[in-house]
Parts: sequence; C-alpha cells; structure tokens
Amino acid sequence: MNETALFGKLTLSAIPYTNPIIMGAVGVSALLTLIILGWVTQQGHWGYLWKEWLTSVDHKRIGVMYIILAGIMLLRGFSDALLMRFHQAFAEGAGHGFLPPEHYNQIFSAHGTIMIIFVAMPFFIGLMNFVVPLQIGARDVAYPFLNSVSFWMTAASAALIMVSLAVGDFSQAGWTGYPPFSETQFSPSSGVDYWIWSLQLGGIGTLLTGINFFVTILRMRAPGMSWMKMPVFTWTILVTTVLIMLSFPVLTVTLALLTFDRYLDMHFFTNSLGGNQMMFINLFWVWGHPEVYIVLLPAFGMYSEIVSTFSRKKLFGYASMVYATIAIAFLSFVVWLHHFFTMGAGADVNAFFGIATGVIAIPTGVKIFNWLFTMYRGRIEFTTPMLWTLGFIATFAIGGMTGVLLSVPGADFVLHNSEFLVAHFHNTLIGGVLFGYFAGYSFWFPKIFGFKLDEKWGKRAFWSWIIGFYLAFMPLYALGFMGMPRRLVHYDDPTWQPYLMVALLGALVIAYGVYCQVAQLVVSIKNREALKDATGDIWNSHSLEWSTTSPPPFYNFAKIPHVDELDQFAYMKENGINHRAEGPFAPIHMPRNSGVGVVMGAITFIFGFAIIWHIWWIVMASSLAMLAAVIYRASDEDVDYMLSAEEVARIEKRGSASTARGSSHESTHDLITQG
Amino acid sequence: MSATILSAETLHTDHAEHHDHAHEAKENVLFGFWVYLMTDCILFASLFATYAVLHNNTAGGPGGKEFFDLRYVFIETMFLLASSFSNGFAMLSMHKQARSATLKWLLLTAVLGLGFVGMEVNEFTHLVMEGNGPDRSGFLSAFFGLVGTHGAHVSIGLIWMAVMMWQIFSKGLTPAITSRLLRLSLFWHFLDIIWIVVFTVVYLMGVL
Repeated sequence: MNETALFGKLTLSAIPYTNPIIMGAVGVSALLTLIILGWVTQQGHWGYLWKEWLTSVDHKRIGVMYIILAGIMLLRGFSDALLMRFHQAFAEGAGHGFLPPEHYNQIFSAHGTIMIIFVAMPFFIGLMNFVVPLQIGARDVAYPFLNSVSFWMTAASAALIMVSLAVGDFSQAGWTGYPPFSETQFSPSSGVDYWIWSLQLGGIGTLLTGINFFVTILRMRAPGMSWMKMPVFTWTILVTTVLIMLSFPVLTVTLALLTFDRYLDMHFFTNSLGGNQMMFINLFWVWGHPEVYIVLLPAFGMYSEIVSTFSRKKLFGYASMVYATIAIAFLSFVVWLHHFFTMGAGADVNAFFGIATGVIAIPTGVKIFNWLFTMYRGRIEFTTPMLWTLGFIATFAIGGMTGVLLSVPGADFVLHNSEFLVAHFHNTLIGGVLFGYFAGYSFWFPKIFGFKLDEKWGKRAFWSWIIGFYLAFMPLYALGFMGMPRRLVHYDDPTWQPYLMVALLGALVIAYGVYCQVAQLVVSIKNREALKDATGDIWNSHSLEWSTTSPPPFYNFAKIPHVDELDQFAYMKENGINHRAEGPFAPIHMPRNSGVGVVMGAITFIFGFAIIWHIWWIVMASSLAMLAAVIYRASDEDVDYMLSAEEVARIEKRGSASTARGSSHESTHDLITQG
Repeated sequence: MSATILSAETLHTDHAEHHDHAHEAKENVLFGFWVYLMTDCILFASLFATYAVLHNNTAGGPGGKEFFDLRYVFIETMFLLASSFSNGFAMLSMHKQARSATLKWLLLTAVLGLGFVGMEVNEFTHLVMEGNGPDRSGFLSAFFGLVGTHGAHVSIGLIWMAVMMWQIFSKGLTPAITSRLLRLSLFWHFLDIIWIVVFTVVYLMGVL
C-alpha cells in the first residue's frame, strides 16, 4: 500500500461515502454529538463541565463519566446487534439481507469488541469507582489522578472505535482477531489496526485501574474493617482487580506481538517462517477467560448487596460467598483451553480443561444457593434492582447449565462455533453480567444523584429486556442443535428462517427495553423533586455508602468511620449509633483537579489514530507530547490542598440541616459548584 | 536486592514519624509501584513463554548457537549489574541527603545503563545488517521481542533517570523527589533481575 510522509496510509478514499448504512450511522452520531455540544455551548456550561467533571479526580465524578461512556457505547453496540438480527432474518436463499459480507463481518467484530471492552468494562468500573471507596470508608482512591488518566485512556480508545466507522473500516476478524486471518497477508486494511489499538490503549487504562483499586482496597479501608468485615461487593472487586492484574499484561503482549507481525513483518503468528498461530489463541484466552470473570464477579457482588437489602435479611453464607469468589477467580486461569477444544490438543489435555471448566459450576452453584437462601423467609420487596436480580438467577442458571454442557469436550466438538455457543455466552453475559449492572445502576442511582429512578419505567425496561432476551436467544440454542454455524452472512436452509425471525422479534422487544431505560432517565430527571432521597439511605440498606448523604459530600466522610461489624451501617442503625459525624472537625487533605488527564486522553487518541494510519511524524510528536505531559505532572508540586475544619463544619451543617428539611438535592448541588 | 533493604529501611525510619495522610499516601505509592512491577513480571513471563514456544522455529535461518557471543553478552551484563550497584550508592547518598553525591552516582548509573543499551543496539544492528533481523524467522521474532522489550524498559528507565537528575539539580532532594527516586531504583533493580533470566534462558541455554 502506498504511504505518504504527511498522511501515511490515509487518503480521502478511506471515507466510505458510497455506503449509505455507514454514512447514515456516521451522520446520526455526528448530529447527536453536535446537538449535545451545541446545547452545552448555548447554556454556557463549558466552564462548569471542564472545572467540575472533565478535570475531576473525584472517584465519584469519574465513576459517573465511566457509566455515561458505557451507556453511549451500549447504544452503538446494540445498534450493531439490531443490524445483524435484521440481516440474518432476511438472508435465506434468494434473499441476501442488506449487508455485504465485508460490512457484516465488521459489524459482528465491532459488536463483540464494543460490548466487552467498552460497555461491560466501563460500566462496572464506573459503579466500582463510585461505590468502593464509600463502602470501605475512604475519602478517595489510592491514586486519584491516575484514576482520571485511566478513564481518559478508555474514553480515547472508545473514540477510536467510533472513528473507525467514518474513516477506514473495522476488523473483520471477529472480536477475538485470530491470526493468520488478522495478519497483513489476509487483512491488509487498517481495520485490524483499529481493533488492536483500541483494545491495547483501553487495556492499559484498565490495568492502571486494577492496580489503583487493588491498593485502595488493600490499604485504605476504614479502621476496624478486617478482611471478613469487608462488604461483599468490595470483595468481588478486590478479586476482580487481582484478575485484571494477572491477565491484562498477557493481552498487552498478545496484541503487541500481533502488532509486530503487522507493522514490522515479524513472524509470531504467521503461517510461514516459523510463526505459530496457536500461540495467539492460547495467549488470547489466557487473558480472555479471566476477562469473562472480570466482568462477571462484580455483577455477583452487586446481586449480593441487592438481594440482602430487598429481602431485609443479612446475606446468607457471607464467608462461603467470599471463598466461592476466590475459587472462581483461581479456576478462571485453568480453563482457557475450552475455547478451542477442537484445535488438536488431544484427549488428555481436553479432559483436564473440560473437568476444570465443569468444576466452576460448583462455586457458582454455592452463590446461587446463597442468594436463594437469603431470600428464603425474607420480606422480599420487588423493586427494580430486585427484579433484575431475580431475572438473573433464573436466566443465569440456564446459561450456566449450557456452559457445563459445552465443557464436555465431546459435546463441544458438535456444538462449537455454532449458534448454540452464541446463545450460551449471551445467556451469561446478558442474563449474568448486564442484568447485574442494570441492577447495580438502579440500586446506587439514588446515592449517586440524590433521587431514585422511576419504578414504572424501570419495571417496563426489565420485562422488555427479559422477555426480549428469551425470544432472541432461545431460538439460537435450537438453531445450534440444528447445525447453524455462527457469524453466517447467508444460508440456504429455509427451516432456520422462522427461528431467526423470532430472534429478530426478541431483539426488537429488547430495543423497546432500551427505549424504556432512556425514558426512565428522562422521566426521573423531570420528577427528581418527587423522587428525592432525603435520608441518604433510601433502601434501608446495610453498608457504609448509605450512611452518607445522597449524593455524598466530595470528601465522602467528614470523619472516617470506625468499623465494628460486617454490615457496619446496619449495626449502627440497630444499636442507635449516630452515623452522621459531629464536630469538632479536623481539616481534610484533598487532591486538586487536574486537566492533565484529559490532555493525556487526547494525546492517546491522536497517537492511536496516527499509528493506525502509519502517520509516523504524528506518532513521534504525540509520544513526545505524552512524555512531556508526564514530566509536567511530575514537576507540579501543587497537587493537593487542605480543606479547613470550618469549611467541613459548614458543609456538614448544611448537609444535615437540609436532610432534615428534605431538600438535600439543592444543598449538594451547591457543594458540587464549590468542589 | 538492595532495593528491598533500602525500602524496608525507609519504611522503618518513617514509622517513627507522625502517621499522617501524606505519609500514608507516600507508602501507598511505593506499594502500588511494587504491584505494577508484578504486572510487568507477567508481561515478561508471557514473552518468555513466547520465546520458549518459538526458539526452535528458525525457518532455515540461524539459531542462537550460530550468533550468540557469550563474551560480548557477559560484558553487556556486567554493565547492567554495575549500574545497579552504582544505583545502590545513589540511594545511600540520597538517604544522607547528599545532593551532589546522589547526582554523581546517578550519572554513573546512567552512563553504565547507556553502555548496556548501546551494546544491545549494536548487537541488534549487526543482526539486521546480516539479514537476520526480526522478520527472518519465528525464533528471531521472539528473540528480538523479548530482549528488545527489556531494552525498551531500560531505555525508559534512562529517560526517567535523566528527568530525575534534572529535578534533583533544580529542586534538591524534596520528599516527592526522594519517593520517585526510590521507585526508579525499584524499577532499575527489577530490570536487572529480568535480565539475569534473559541471560540464562536466552543466551546461556541458547549456546548449550
């Protein structure tokens, strides 16, 4: 391919202006962005946005920004899903759907990459950012600035994927990007490079977050909070961070080696000259399988908090829950080969990995029974978070069982690469992961914003999602048994079509669910006065985050609480211990906001775009700019300040007074502007 | 190894001080950097695994036996080990708050480190000139990948060291700078340990 010094591989023909579907998507995305930017400008919110949000190092603000990012990317990933369902429903025999194969391949590759890396990851990272420091009685995370850098690197990577829509193409090699297909020989365009760099740069952000929260949980828990007094959500996050730290470096290496193959003509995974493509598949899943549990374990933690809160009981089997989490984390590292049983490892190796995979059902089963026993004889309240949890228990049990079925190598030889597999992992990722995040979102929303989400629209969203899920994915199990392979752009078997029609219907029902969620947000913001949480403990829950006002002051706790019990806040309420700090207060040490995180995110994006298009001078310039940003930050001595005791007293007084008057929202809004 | 002793020492003396927030934050930073190094360990482990898988895939090109020059690599190794040694002295001077001595030792460390990187670049250049670059075979890809990643780490360490020398020069041994030097020292010794394994697994086992 011709390269120019100024623009690398980039030419005007990289813009797919002949494809109406892509250009339509680009147009809609650009229009939405312009409307939002225009609104912000017209309202004069830029100063506020920059000072209070974009440059914020407050874990609560960063958490909210992560969740917004996940929400936006969910809409993108779900649009891809709808396109595929529409296409497949009409791609039988003489009908060829409406997507050309090279476009269809890009859509399923982008869908997988986006849903795992840019929806699931930022969604739980956002929730954990908000909740974990509050749950452990800390004022912030261990490295507030690094937290901001992590977020902006993730956002920059997500932006890269979005840009691939308008400039060039995306990978056609699936979200797993197996070589030799993903090598230059078979995928010469920049599509695979978009996939590589968005994963690579986002992955580094995730690794930094993992280290950050590992240290936060290990070293910054309130005095008295010993291991077994840690809230169960915090436990699952701690184990998740360990998984991140152990597995993400492997992803970094895997992608780097593929990059070397593509950019420097090296032979790690090529067909010729001593490359070994099985090594890619092994390395990829050494990261990829733990990644499954990285997104799943936090959801387990959320369910545990929710099921206990709305059953009005202590969580059944807290200790076994903790040990089950650790056991799952350990096992997640010894099952990676089940992703490629059919690729010639031999019977003995397959047997080992098959059994190890099946064994994961045991600690998972322990969890399921713990949740059931928590509900047993509880006074269950069917709130939206609880509905998501109940929907999860039923749905995930099915997904788990089909997983055990697939763990039998013999069965896997029949079912691998079929729609059965697609149904199985959507069953666990939607019914397990996504339902959990939705549950957590509606559970902690009042804590985050000071008013709860509308229940009516929440319930509509839940029922649409769960009915839509069963309609969309149960037919795929059947199609798998009927022999339909995954990722088909066209098929000639007319008996498959009715099932795919039902699946399309399911996707449309889910689309209504997504609409309900948007409507829920709009309606709730409109009615925020009526939905206000004046107490800070709207669900009558048990852990420390609920002991603060809603939303909490930016320093979280005026005085760091002392922890005597598991479920400390419930213990305080039962024993009449005052959980609101009283004076005299001490000054609080706080980190200053910094624009360097945003700048580093911008540099990351420019670097990514330039290296994808081989624009070497920008690659060099942005690398130097990144170095300069790091040195600038390291030379800045003015990174923190002391909040005076009088100021703390003033904020606390207003907080408690407004709580009594039932107008906490106003006062906390003021707090935000002072932050 | 000296890193362990030194960091334990500082932690110990610090404990006598008031246990305030700033101090806790400083300890957290050091601990977090340890944790980061462990993740870097995983990164190198993956590269070693890659090398183990590909080390016989010479595809008609040369194997390690043909071009590894143990004497050359031994001198290279000595450069790196000596740089760790002088870095240890830099840390000792730092703890004595001896600014110019710290600078001198760091300068020696950097020069030795530069010698190591220079020798590696020289080895790589020769291989590429002979047509045995990383694009020649799977084995050479793995060799350049593993050894080059280590070299890239050392190079980043050198940039870091240069920035630190400039900071010491302009601001003196402030607590923030001392804390950074401590982490740089950890990083430098860590790269030493990785190199010992590279030397053993790649070069020594390669000529056997």
